[in-house]
Amino acid sequence: MVNHMRLECDAVSENEVFARNAVALFALPLEPDLAELSDIKTAVSEAVTNCIVHAYRGQGGTIGIECAIEKRTLHIKISDKGRGIPDVEAALRPFFTTLPGEERSGMGFTIMQTFMSGFKVESALDKGTVVSMSKAIGAGKKENA
Amino acid sequence: MQITKRLAGRKLWLYLEGELDECTAAQMRRAADEILDEHPLAREVIFNLSGVRFMDSTGIGFLIGRYKKIQRFGGKMYLEDPDLSADKVLSVSGVYSLIPKL
Repeated sequence: MVNHMRLECDAVSENEVFARNAVALFALPLEPDLAELSDIKTAVSEAVTNCIVHAYRGQGGTIGIECAIEKRTLHIKISDKGRGIPDVEAALRPFFTTLPGEERSGMGFTIMQTFMSGFKVESALDKGTVVSMSKAIGAGKKENA
Repeated sequence: MQITKRLAGRKLWLYLEGELDECTAAQMRRAADEILDEHPLAREVIFNLSGVRFMDSTGIGFLIGRYKKIQRFGGKMYLEDPDLSADKVLSVSGVYSLIPKL
């Protein structure tokens, strides 16, 4: 069975806590442990921050969040219709930031890649960006059983 | 999100409480900088993270920003008691090589 959800919210920082908790709640039927839940919330928060800060540059817009549960895997797609990323390869490098004066760590994509089991970025200039991530829940537990 | 402080000689503790993300970072920055500006002679500044329930890379940017400020004052900065998830974010980001964990 595949279970889906889709939501949209304004690209304002007040919605970060809502977005990460909504995705975490959707994942609950998979019975993730606390570490897995925390990984999911952190990765979602990073992607949503990117939409607010980079895609829309604080000027507002809409963030799309789509999730699916397929067997033991949670799939997450976070999209915006913002400015797009000129050089995705550079953006994926640790410590890379286009806003060096704003106390940005440049670690958002690195954290998403590290915390999730699947990760992909598709971006088109002035059209937007889609970040697709997935996490197999309970994968570590099976290995240790 | 709030910060309380404790001073013992030239050691200053900042106790952070709440969720540290894009929504709260500006408020945290103002609160932390106000305390740091009040105590420019503190030689060791310890950020206690036991009350931080969530932190992402925006929190890393916040901590590195305070590290630079404390360095300008001639002090040293340390981190204390992050929970498991904050510890993972800090480790992956390599923050401990700049700001050691006590």
